[in-house]
Amino acid sequence: MMMAKKWAKFLRDFENFKAACVPWENKIKAIESQFGSSVASYFLFLRWMYGVNMVLFILTFSLIMLPEYLWGLPYGSLPRKTVPRAEEASAANFGVLYDFNGLAQYSVLFYGYYDNKRTIGWMNFRLPLSYFLVGIMCIGYSFLVVLKAMTKNIGDNGGGDDNTFNFSWKVFTSWDYLIGNPETADNKFNSITMNFKEAIIEERAAQVEENVHLVRFLRFLANFFVFLTLGGSGYLIFWAVKRSQEFAQQDPDTLGWWEKNEMNMVMSLLGMFCPTLFDLFAELEDYHPLIALKWLLGRIFALLLGNLYVFILALMDEINNKIEEEKLVKANITLWEANMIKAYNASLTGNSTGAPFFVHPADVPRGPCWETMVGQEFVRLTVSDVLTTYVTILIGDFLRACFVRFCNYCWCWDLEYGYPSYTEFDISGNVLALIFNQGMIWMGSFFAPSLPGINILRLHTSMYFQCWAVMCCNVPEARVFKASRSNNFYLGMLLLILFLSTMPVLYMIVSLPPSFDCGPFSGKNRMFEVIGETLEHDFPSWMAKILRQLSNPGLVIAVVLVMALTIYYLNATAKGQKAANLDLKKKMKQLQLLVASNSHRYPGGPEVLLTMLFETSTLCEGLENKCGVAISLFT
Amino acid sequence: MGNKQTVFTPEQLEAYQDNPFRQRIAQVFSEDGDGHLTLDNFLDMFSVMSEMAPRDLKAYYAFKIYDFNNDGYICAWDLEQTVTKLTRGELSAEEVSLVCEKVLDEADGDHDGRLSLEDFQNMILRAPDFLSTFHIRI
Repeated sequence: MMMAKKWAKFLRDFENFKAACVPWENKIKAIESQFGSSVASYFLFLRWMYGVNMVLFILTFSLIMLPEYLWGLPYGSLPRKTVPRAEEASAANFGVLYDFNGLAQYSVLFYGYYDNKRTIGWMNFRLPLSYFLVGIMCIGYSFLVVLKAMTKNIGDNGGGDDNTFNFSWKVFTSWDYLIGNPETADNKFNSITMNFKEAIIEERAAQVEENVHLVRFLRFLANFFVFLTLGGSGYLIFWAVKRSQEFAQQDPDTLGWWEKNEMNMVMSLLGMFCPTLFDLFAELEDYHPLIALKWLLGRIFALLLGNLYVFILALMDEINNKIEEEKLVKANITLWEANMIKAYNASLTGNSTGAPFFVHPADVPRGPCWETMVGQEFVRLTVSDVLTTYVTILIGDFLRACFVRFCNYCWCWDLEYGYPSYTEFDISGNVLALIFNQGMIWMGSFFAPSLPGINILRLHTSMYFQCWAVMCCNVPEARVFKASRSNNFYLGMLLLILFLSTMPVLYMIVSLPPSFDCGPFSGKNRMFEVIGETLEHDFPSWMAKILRQLSNPGLVIAVVLVMALTIYYLNATAKGQKAANLDLKKKMKQLQLLVASNSHRYPGGPEVLLTMLFETSTLCEGLENKCGVAISLFT
Repeated sequence: MGNKQTVFTPEQLEAYQDNPFRQRIAQVFSEDGDGHLTLDNFLDMFSVMSEMAPRDLKAYYAFKIYDFNNDGYICAWDLEQTVTKLTRGELSAEEVSLVCEKVLDEADGDHDGRLSLEDFQNMILRAPDFLSTFHIRI
């Protein structure tokens, strides 16, 4: 008895401890009470992303970076691990490090540092295999976790029926019980009143036949402008990437700061200004605010997606260039090696007591390393994105709030109520930015294992910085209408981005040859050959034989067919069950009506009859039969 | 303790209380129905309003809160009270009655002019925002 009580107490204490460990709970609570649940949902999403990135970071850090750091050959021992002689003088400059060249490039942060030996250290840790598997596992884990979150949310929604209970929902679910701040409560009351008034007007107004043709023409015009903007931004990015290739050929000292960071700045600025343009074009369209919001989100999504893909295309161009360059460099290196061998032989036959012939790794000519270049591009993009966001918040939100607050005393019109007033927190913009940044992380982390770590730092500081900015400079939204199932909408976008960003990575892994001079897969024809090699060397031969049989095309096709059939079957059962569900609901309604209209016949009241039915009818299985019996009793 | 205020004047207390249903919440969760909560009632209240409470439980208590005259049904008068409290009296009487009519139209399944618990549950469990708004975070 005592043990049971102690165990119960221990469990309760553990639950309390777990609840106390959840980070940033107080911050989120403060924001919720001041801004309502929709703004807080952004911060909840940020916290969830932080958790996902933490797992990715732990995987890449403990299974790739740490073993290489502990057991791999140290810096300076191999050509691929040393800064080339030509760059050595500037390798530790801040400017060079900020660009992730120099010492930062030749470190565990990037793909090119890793050696291609099959095992390292006294534990025989298989680094190339671990590198490959961790990359695949990160992608798999991300898919799992996003799908799990989505399915959990689907259960909450109860599906379907978008407008049947419009007014009822407005009456019973519009008050946000989380609000704990008088100003927010005022805003909430006002927005609820506005909401009701609008709904009443919509309900009362007859369909006014406006000039349909004018409206259609304006909408077509708006879409045309949007299309132009999207095309323009795509072209701008492509041009910027081409220019950055040219700059890469030139001497770094002749370039100013803008030239070096041009491409990242272009992408970040486009992401900042185009949504405002879209908002402007939406004025032409004259849609209901909720629909307009959906169009805006869709357009911003298309913009960011287009930018990302143009960036990837330009990168593929550069990768192909580097692969071409490799052939030339290979030819050069064989020449150089021939010279070295001649010199070595000469030193042997000559002065045999002289200094041993030694070539410093920094002097060995190097092959181009496209994987490190890809990793560097993504890291630079992430860093510049972070800086742009923070600077935007500081200038756009904080300075503006300071200006409005302090210059209000000596200004002609009321700054707080008119233009510019305080900014509202842009939920959808911030969530989209978060999703796309995560897409870049997923794309780049195979080539730069440090990227999840950098992202963790960024999310951590973002949380504090944005929490402070929101509480200090923003005001609660005056108009509160949410894209109602927005939680699943954002998760759906995240899933789409995950899929679209892992596709290029998988393509690169499967079809591009790894660089011959850098990384854990150098010397192989394709990166995934590391799996085949492991099977041959480390597994007993019978297992390798079985697995080779399993990859027999016939078997694979059969498995794919079975999976397709299972999906079709499950889909059909789900549809059938939905239909059966609707049917049962109809029968329940019928039963209720019948009971209500016949309630005078039974002295004990309808409840007695129903309990009688449901408890004594052991012959009837299932609700369907019980309804059928009840209906037949009445008719 | 510290520098937080712990004794409030009635005016200050009013400023902290924005929830239009605050009195109803206290009445529903108190044992004798007049707003005096024991510790158990207090715990029940926070447990129902927390994130982990199941939807059906929340729907049940939401029904009791919105049932102003405690007769087990949400009738038109209850709805009028709810809408008036929600809009702080900014809507005209005609608009309020229109809203109440629409609600009864939409949600009254057995057409008896008032919402029973089943009607209410049927309607509220489909609402996408119900869980996130009927929630107090501790």
